[in-house]
Amino acid sequence: MIPERWLNLGVLTLLAAVPLVASLAGQPFTVTLATKIAIFALAATGLNIALGLGGLVSFGHAAFFGVGGYACGILASHARNYEPLSTWPWDIEGTTQMLTIWPIAVLLGGLAALVIGALSLRTSGIFFIMITLAFAQMLYYFAISWPTYGGEDGLPFYLRGDFPGLNTMDPIQFFGICFALLLAALFTFHRLHRARFGLSLEAARQNPERLRSLGIRPFHVRLLAFVISGMITALAGALYADLNRFVSPAMLSWHLSGELIVLIVLGGVGRLCGPVVGAAAYFLLEHWAGAASEYWQFWFGLLLLGVVLFARGGIVGALAKDHTHD
Amino acid sequence: MTAPLLKLDNVSAAYGAAEVLFDLSFDIAPGEIVALMGRNGMGKTTTIRTICRMLGSTHGHITFDGHELTSMSAHKAAQLGLGLVPEGRRCFAPLTVAENLTVASRPGPWDLAAVTTLFPRLRERLGQSAGSLSGGEQQMLAIGRALMTNPRLLLLDEATEGLAPVVRQEIWAAIGELADTAALSILIVDKSLRELRALAHRAVILEKGRKAWEGPIDALTDDISARHLGV
Repeated sequence: MIPERWLNLGVLTLLAAVPLVASLAGQPFTVTLATKIAIFALAATGLNIALGLGGLVSFGHAAFFGVGGYACGILASHARNYEPLSTWPWDIEGTTQMLTIWPIAVLLGGLAALVIGALSLRTSGIFFIMITLAFAQMLYYFAISWPTYGGEDGLPFYLRGDFPGLNTMDPIQFFGICFALLLAALFTFHRLHRARFGLSLEAARQNPERLRSLGIRPFHVRLLAFVISGMITALAGALYADLNRFVSPAMLSWHLSGELIVLIVLGGVGRLCGPVVGAAAYFLLEHWAGAASEYWQFWFGLLLLGVVLFARGGIVGALAKDHTHD
Repeated sequence: MTAPLLKLDNVSAAYGAAEVLFDLSFDIAPGEIVALMGRNGMGKTTTIRTICRMLGSTHGHITFDGHELTSMSAHKAAQLGLGLVPEGRRCFAPLTVAENLTVASRPGPWDLAAVTTLFPRLRERLGQSAGSLSGGEQQMLAIGRALMTNPRLLLLDEATEGLAPVVRQEIWAAIGELADTAALSILIVDKSLRELRALAHRAVILEKGRKAWEGPIDALTDDISARHLGV
């Protein structure tokens, strides 16, 4: 057993070092795999704010991932085609600038989370799960039936967005961008966790009536957490679209929502680096076990079962001796 | 005569179809300590919950410092200055003592330093999770948490119930200190008649959800106690 902060430092160092070494060794696939891990860790970190801190089991976070992805894809495709997004009431052009795309993706993700959260957070338990799932599925079917942007076939856009001073088509440079954003999201999670807001969120999970009697409305705290969570997940969606240079309705599907929950449960619910460890374990297992057997998900299922039954704090909880509040 | 801080005017309340409070009226002046007394199941906790808007009233008016509470939500009532120490303590078990205290803190004289001066034991346990505290320490934490909201009216619901005698004395001493130095209005529910007599200015006795007696604590004779409280 090692202190959690040392484990976190080790995990993040490893995630940064492996692609660097792989890049120097001329193995771009490993860099891309690490980039995928960083992006999904970022998306799951967003969900970890709602799920890990607030106990909100959202089965609809793919909605925000997809909204971020489509924001990136639509803006990029319009920029490449030199067709404006709209001409009335204002001329709105597409863009390939990541520094423009990200805030738009984050704002749209936040707006979607505000609408979905404002309605779904009036319920709890199974009803909350089902309503978030229903909203994500609505967006999924909307994307399928939206021929302007590829419908069921998705929308390719061939080149990644531009970032000042960097060549984003270089795998290691694009990884650097994703890793930096992951660190920023982890820092945000850490600060929220320790702030009065994070404490209120946890208190709302423990005993909402007691929190109300202290002058704090649990609904507002949860809604804010849900919106921040949706924003971070949308940012991850924009990066994932850029990674693949393609968006499709699959980014909005319930499979993806489930996958994000699985990453958190596997790594450790509410743990700072739980999503990072979960994403690494999931995609490395997919890579290695998937090469050996097409039934790799059976083995993954067994692993997940083991974690749920015997390591309630996930892999991080099993390895680290610190509790989240120590 | 100063205007009452809290005023209940013919308040009735019900759990679903079961009415449990009937036309209850009393008030608390600024700085006054009122003991709410009665046998078990007479409506003391229901009265506290109704004042804090955790239970809606079916009839009557509750005003706090001129604000009508009747249609107000619990968190807004608390923001006006109602500080509840609930029955059974109900601390946020996974949070540390410091986190429990700071989670709902509002600006005012009661801060972490003031609360830990009142309860030195909490200072020693600041980094410890609330769930691992003894019952007495949890009660101190519940009182401290309510004080951190800087209330003008503190509502103490069975603050010494189930505690060891030595810890009860500590809690009573702290409440006495609050009464002497903090100039808080306090509505206190407890079964310890002797301590209430020493602390409170007035008493309200409930019987079957109705006010059975009200008066200065000095006027609470043994005969009245025997008739309404069974002691």
